[in-house]
Amino acid sequence: MVYNTYMDMFVALADPTRRSILELLATYGELSATAIYEQFPVSPQAISQHLKVLREAHLVEMEKRAQKRLYRLNPQTLSQFEAWVTQMQQRWSERFEALDTVLEIEKKKKGE
Amino acid sequence: MTAKTTNILAEPGKQEIVITREFDAPRELVFKACTDPKLIPQWWGPRYLSTEVDKMDVRPGGQWRFINRDAEGNEYAFHGVYHEVLAPERVIDTFEFEGLPETGHVTLETMKLEELPGGRTRLITQSVFQSVADRDGMLQGGMAEGTNDTYDRLAELLKKM
Repeated sequence: MVYNTYMDMFVALADPTRRSILELLATYGELSATAIYEQFPVSPQAISQHLKVLREAHLVEMEKRAQKRLYRLNPQTLSQFEAWVTQMQQRWSERFEALDTVLEIEKKKKGE
Repeated sequence: MTAKTTNILAEPGKQEIVITREFDAPRELVFKACTDPKLIPQWWGPRYLSTEVDKMDVRPGGQWRFINRDAEGNEYAFHGVYHEVLAPERVIDTFEFEGLPETGHVTLETMKLEELPGGRTRLITQSVFQSVADRDGMLQGGMAEGTNDTYDRLAELLKKM
């Protein structure tokens, strides 16, 4: 269940247009579908498909308000992604800090 | 010693991870730390686990197997085969975690060591997975759900990817 959420998220993030949409939403907070279409040279249908993928991956949320479809980022999914990056960073940093210590000891041994 | 950055490149949709880090030690020494069975237990595993070198035959065709153990005695083992060992600049090997529900999810690892001025070394590790799902699956394990507002950091993250 959780695993599939991540899969969808990574697939959704793999596309440059979808990443641009996320960046737009990060900048403006909330945008109507029309406002998003206007930012891209491709057809509204193509962008609409991208928005659908982003929505299914829970990366964006959509709200209908007075004939408008308003999109914004879903902070929960994004923080999951951030946690993923941070955790990986942490794991490797720890390992390499231990290696630093080993290297310091080995350097001293060599110097003696 | 200054704090050093571990740079991790894991682009979405790709099946590789590249990890880069610099060390305040000459290349020969970094190579030794990565290929000496006596030194591996001191740094290879996570801090809360002990690492035992079960096998480590560092030469082309040689096998390696490391076991991580927690305080309760649970074991997490990893193994592979060395494909190329070119001291002090490169090691290529396979990597498989034995704890997966099925075998056959093997990663190809290439470790490169670059000499830097002032007796320093850059270590670059590239891991190529069989699929994007394998890569992301391995990495998502144990991930906690965050609740922070990440709007501001999104752009930064996207750049990292």
